[in-house]
Amino acid sequence: MKLTIQVNEGPYQHQSSDSAYNFTKAALEKGHEIFRVFFYHDGVNNGTRLTTPPQDDRNIVERWSALAKEHDLDMVVCVAAAQRRGIVDEGEAERNGKDATNIADGFRISGLGQLVEGAINSDRLVVFGD
Amino acid sequence: MAMLHLVNKSPFDGCNLNTAATVMKGGDELLLIEDGVYGAMKNSKGAALLDGLKVSVLGPDLAARGIPEDRLVDGATVVDYAGFVDLVEANDKVQSWL
Amino acid sequence: MSETKKFMYLNRKAPYGTIYAWESLEVVLIGAAFEQDVSLAFLDDGVFQLTKGQDTKGIGMKNFSPTYAALGDYEVTKIYVEKESLEERGLTIDDLQHLVWEDEDEDWAEKDSIRLVSRSELADVLAEQDVLFNF
Repeated sequence: MKLTIQVNEGPYQHQSSDSAYNFTKAALEKGHEIFRVFFYHDGVNNGTRLTTPPQDDRNIVERWSALAKEHDLDMVVCVAAAQRRGIVDEGEAERNGKDATNIADGFRISGLGQLVEGAINSDRLVVFGD
Repeated sequence: MAMLHLVNKSPFDGCNLNTAATVMKGGDELLLIEDGVYGAMKNSKGAALLDGLKVSVLGPDLAARGIPEDRLVDGATVVDYAGFVDLVEANDKVQSWL
Repeated sequence: MSETKKFMYLNRKAPYGTIYAWESLEVVLIGAAFEQDVSLAFLDDGVFQLTKGQDTKGIGMKNFSPTYAALGDYEVTKIYVEKESLEERGLTIDDLQHLVWEDEDEDWAEKDSIRLVSRSELADVLAEQDVLFNF
């Protein structure tokens, strides 16, 4: 089964990102293919490398990065949502005159078309949100 | 073509479980995750909505909330994340009632 | 290009209190370029997105409601509005924007985009879809 996962909420505020991560991991363990994980709305905040969560709790951003690295996942942060919320890579910093970048490893910023394309090319779209 | 319905909110927090339960058609399945698992508790508001529906509940979310499986409505199946994945595969599409 | 899929964008949240209504519309607009078979559904508090006369000056937010009127230009011709949701909220179809599309096969005749459906009819429509978007 080819899956596209959509994550609508940021880390810690809602359980959405956790549920999406646990689901994605389980799907990979069962041998399914993850076409894309698409972060929308506040979900783009999963893509900042600047979080410092407490040591005794899960590190949501880093474990997404690690999962992406282990399984070569395509994790996309929506550009429009990212611009609104301040998730920035080199290209966005240059285009919009920002003096810093904060995108985490394994995430890339791209357009909403990536979500639509994911839905077209996958067998299932699974949305996690509020 | 059967649908998997996901509800992640308690029935006391908005209308998601109610809308899902009243839109579900024969053959569809309901999976309660996150705070949605409270909807499957026996003798509570959610229980009445689930009558006649094929209901699964995500075990890890139940355990996290300290709800033992024997407090669930009769007929509810407890699944883990692997079971969640299987439910997605077994149905044609997923409707997340957010 | 892969097969055309039936895309349904569900809208269940009121506008302005949260961003979901606007950001879901942005997906619909971008998605139009992919030429799939698109429908929108408005139910529960989502029906409030379509009310006429939205004036956001006092709250300092952008009024995005004119975008619904443009959906016809993006070839969105099927907009399902659920009757029960309207009734529960004391609304009628006259409280909503009159959304239309122009049928080029009929000399650009203007046609209504909104289809009023019962919950049970909406369930049948949802069952026919390939992909369900929720925000």
